[in-house]
Parts: sequence; structure tokens; C-alpha cells
Amino acid sequence: MTYRNPPTTPRKSATFDDYTLSEIRRAAATGIYDIRGGGAKRKLPHFDDLLVLGASISRYPLEGYRERCDTGVVLGSRHAKKPIELKIPITIAGMSFGSLSGPAKEALGRGATLAGTSTTTGDGGMTEEERGHSKVLVYQYLPSRYGMNPRDLRRADAIEVVVGQGAKPGGGGMLLGQKISDRVAEMRTLPKGIDQRSASRHPDWTGPDDLEIKILELREITDWEKPIYVKVGGARPYYDTALAVKSGADVVVIDGMQGGTAATQEVFIENVGQPTLACIRPAVQALQDLGMHRKVQLIVSGGIRNGADVAKALALGVDAVSIGTAALVALGDNDPRWEADYNELGTTAGAYDDWHEGRDPAGITTQDPELMKRVDPIAAGRRLANYLKVMTLEAQTIARACGKNSLHNLEPEDLVALTIEAAAMAGVPLAGTNWIPGKNGF
Amino acid sequence: MPATKLSKTAAHDNASRVFDLDAMSLRELNQALHKLTPGSNETAWEVLHPKGSHSVAVGVDQPVTIDVRGSVGYYCGGMNDGAAITVHGSAGPGVGENMMSGSITIKGDASQYAGATGRGGLLVIEGNASSRCGISMKGIDIVVHGNIGHMSAFMAQSGNLVVLGDAGDALGDSIYEARLFVRGKVDSLGADCIAKEMRPEHLELLQGLLDRACVTGVKPAEFKRYGSARTLYNFNIDNADAY
Repeated sequence: MTYRNPPTTPRKSATFDDYTLSEIRRAAATGIYDIRGGGAKRKLPHFDDLLVLGASISRYPLEGYRERCDTGVVLGSRHAKKPIELKIPITIAGMSFGSLSGPAKEALGRGATLAGTSTTTGDGGMTEEERGHSKVLVYQYLPSRYGMNPRDLRRADAIEVVVGQGAKPGGGGMLLGQKISDRVAEMRTLPKGIDQRSASRHPDWTGPDDLEIKILELREITDWEKPIYVKVGGARPYYDTALAVKSGADVVVIDGMQGGTAATQEVFIENVGQPTLACIRPAVQALQDLGMHRKVQLIVSGGIRNGADVAKALALGVDAVSIGTAALVALGDNDPRWEADYNELGTTAGAYDDWHEGRDPAGITTQDPELMKRVDPIAAGRRLANYLKVMTLEAQTIARACGKNSLHNLEPEDLVALTIEAAAMAGVPLAGTNWIPGKNGF
Repeated sequence: MPATKLSKTAAHDNASRVFDLDAMSLRELNQALHKLTPGSNETAWEVLHPKGSHSVAVGVDQPVTIDVRGSVGYYCGGMNDGAAITVHGSAGPGVGENMMSGSITIKGDASQYAGATGRGGLLVIEGNASSRCGISMKGIDIVVHGNIGHMSAFMAQSGNLVVLGDAGDALGDSIYEARLFVRGKVDSLGADCIAKEMRPEHLELLQGLLDRACVTGVKPAEFKRYGSARTLYNFNIDNADAY
């Protein structure tokens, strides 16, 4: 018997891991960057890295099911004659008709309305489905201006000037040819079937001084009735918030890099922008420095999943959160019931993100008439409403445990962080210490 | 929608409702214009002393005439839907942005982004227009008597841009289905924009545009037509250099 040296276990590179290798092979074979939907999938510091302290001897709790804990929020009270009053501090983020099917947009409107909150148009104009079924509808004013017209501007309940979004700060929208149906093409004034790449910059203003004049124009057109939001991707949250306030915004919306997109380059989604958690405290600080905290409302989005996320975001000083990806999941996105169909597309439920291809088995991110029948707007709207109500109840549960009779009374002192990174980003102490990295010279 | 033909605007006459921006606010002007209803007798308006004000006569949705006596700032006539607006002076950035219908005439020059994203109606600039004229236009017709600046008709989707003078660099970059007619020289064409044959239907179309803009003494045959080569409509890695 011959002696053989013990073999080493085959070892794969941490740098060149399987996913990286597959992406190199894919790029070499196809000659195009990878495009997908959704937000950043990499592991990031997030609300899971924060814990709520709850009551103790020095803080007494409220009775869970008996004592009141307010959830309502008013948006746009700074300048608008008709601010928006929402029952819950969770709104539905902008998602376009074109990216989403008509029934999916209708379901979002129905669900939001049942739960007492707002929904938002997207980079494709306003559809009758969503206007008709949304009690409170925010109309996005985007660089592409697809479908933009004064009639829809006036029948909106608020206007959101979109400067950027978390998945792609500095990038424009993208809708590939498969999804440019006759109806989508007509709404966007484009030829059917082309790959549509929206502009990344507004066509008629650049910079905060112009933005101030643009907001004046929108207010004049709508007779100063509508709240005007300014939405930015999570890039420079302190200065973006300050400049939005300076430009006259009623509401600032900051979308962290976990916030989804209908379609953009994977390299963009994973490498540009900041995590949601990192955006909140600088934005709140800007509002406080200007004396505008709670006067100009702050909405944060990107990776909000449950009532704990809502409570933690509010404790850090935001007025409301917004959900997109989670809302789609409530409608039925990535549902395991379509697993066989996902497998046919070379993926699995939970990982499907080729929303731009228009072949969504769940019938949400598609313009295919057969697939979109899989979304029953009434049932899907009900699921969304259920989910929104559960999130609200969860947030109330946490707030009452902290002795707060309003979700908006949660404060940074109710939080600690599990990691140094999260402690630094959120500006709360590392658990078990009184250390806030970056504060007091350390 | 029937094409708008410009008519000579009324000079001072007794029927005009006069708004002096020295004495009244912009808000009062726009509010009064928005309160107009179909069939209103107040069909002629005159705005005095605009002095570069922004957002003069924005969001008007009735077929009235508005004569602005002086120069205006940003976004004059923004989202106009039916009014015939004449600026007896020059206009700042974004004049007639997102116009739906009606007409806007600038007797002087226009700054950047004139007619940006316009969907309909007619914008006439009797002087020159700066950069990005007709950017992202979506159905508007624009006639410029003088020259236009660089990056004009960027991502222009639909409508017609007529230039009696010259065009700056990168004309029609990433253009979709808008038609560009330039009588003078073009410094350079943008990505996917090419010179195209002027066929009889284009000559006829151009004559109609010149007539509507009250341009005389200029023949359609003096223009060249530019439009999309449509090579960038669907992504192809071999075209990456063009992006």
C-alpha cells in the first residue's frame, strides 16, 4: 500500500466567489451588463442591527390593547393649502405603470386606501386604475416627464419631484422593449418595443436654485394647494435635505440603496448610494439645524419590512416610511406558489428579479395580458391592507412598550445598536455601553 | 386637435384685462387666469411690468390671448393648454415647458430649455434660442427664427423643430421620432441623429409650420431634415461607443 499525502480540500476564493465567476462568464458571453429589478441584495447595516429598549423603572409602558397610541401623520403643512392627512405613517412608494401592470397599480391603490395611506405614481404617468382606486395619490414629477400634464397634476393630492432613487442615485429609469406595449408606448410618447432609457436629470432645471423656481412654478400651476415632496436617492443626505428645504419642499423623501427599482444595472444597484440606516440621522440633523424638524416632514424608504423597522425609523426622527418591494410581496411577488414557473425562468421564488423582462410569473411586473390576470386587484389590495395594518400594530406594540402614546414620540434614546457600524450610523449607543462612535471625540 | 395658427395679437384695447405686476402679485395673476371658465368674456389679457418674473401665466387652460409687455424669467407659459401668449421681450429658461396646446410667441430671444417636454401647441421664438431647445419634446411644434444652441432636441420624442438659422453642437442627441428642420449650418449631430431625405410630405409639413408661425419669404426647400437613425432603439454592445 502506497502512502498518499493528505489532500487539501478544494478551496474557492472569497474574492472570486461563485456569483462573481458566474457574472464574469455571463458578461463575456452576452456583452451586456446585468440588468435587474429590486434594490441592493448585499448584506448592509440595517434596522436589524438596532434594538428597542422598552420600559423599565424609569420608563413606564402603556397597556398594549387599551391605551391609545396615535399613528396618524400630516404631510405638507409647511406651504400647501391642502396638506395630506394619513392614518398610518407608512406610504406606498412610486412605482410606474409600465413597470407594473394596470391590475397591480389598482391593487396598490385599493390596499393603500383601505389602510388609510397614500400611493404614488411612477415614471409612466397617472393611470385611471390608480387614480380611481387611490384616495390619496402622490403624482411623481420625473426627469422623463412621461405622461405629465396639468390635468393630472391638479387631480393629484401631492406632487413628488423625483431627483433620484436609492437603487440608482444619478441614474434614469429603464424599461426594456418587451414591456413597451401599445398602451405604455402611447402614455410615454415612444415607439412600441424600443428599449426606453429615461433621462437621469430633469430637462429644464439643474441645481437647488433652479429647483426653487421649478417648485414655485408647480405651486403656481396648482394654486399652492398641493404638498410638494422632493425625493432623492441616499447619496448626500445632509446636504440634499438642507437643499430641498431651501428649495421650498414641504416633504423630503430619502430612499436608501435597499430601495428597489424596476430595472437598472446590477453594478449600479449594488455599488452606488448609501444604506437607508446611514441616511436617516444626517437628514434629521439637517432639518434640526435649520429648525425645520417636524415642520418639513421626512419620509424614508429602502428595506422597510415590518413594524419594528417602522418604529426604529420613527425613533430616529423620520415622520413616515415608504414601502415598495414589501408592498409588491404583499400583492404576490415572488410567491412560492409559482415556483414551477420561476424554475422555468432559471430562478426560484424569493430570488426572481428580472422584472424588466416582463415575464413575471406573479403577474405584477408585466404587461402580458395573460400573466397580469394572475393579480386579482381586490384580493391583492386586501392583502396589502392587511400587511399595512399588521406593520402598524407591530409598531404600536413597540411604542407602547416604550411608554409612547404616539408612534412619533419614539426617540433615539429608545434605541441601542448591536454593531459599531450601526451605532455610528444611527447615532445611538452600542448595546451595553454608552459609546456612540463618532461622538465626544471617539 | 386642429393646428394653431398665430393671429396678430391685440394691442392695447379697451377689452383687455390689464394686470400690472408692479401693483399686483404673480399669485393674483395666475389665480385669476385659472379661474377662467369656458365661454368667459375675458378673452384678452395684458400683463405689464413682468420685469423677469418667473412662472408668468403658467397652467392656463382657456383659449385666451395674453400679451406680456416685457421680458420674463423662468417657465413663462408653463403647461399652457390653449392660451395664445405673446411675450413682447425675451424669455428665461423653460419657456412653454410641457405645453399641451395653444401658442407662445417670444418677440425676443429665449434662454435654455425652450419648449422642454412640450406635448402640443406652437412655440415661436422670433430671436435666438439657447441650448437644449426642444429637449425631450413630445409633440410640440417649435419655430425659431434665429439660431439654437447646443444639445437642442436632446431625446426629442415627437413633434417638429424648425430653425431658420444655425444649430449648435450635438443636435438631436439620442433623438426618437421628432423631426428637425434646419435652414443654416449644424455644428454637429448628436448620437443617432442623421440627415434625412426631404420628401414631398416633409416639404408640405414644413410649409404648414412656416405658415402657422407667420414666416414669409422662406422656402421649405432651403431646409435640411434631421431625425433618428434608430440604431440605438434596442441595446447592442457594438454600439456602446455611441452612448
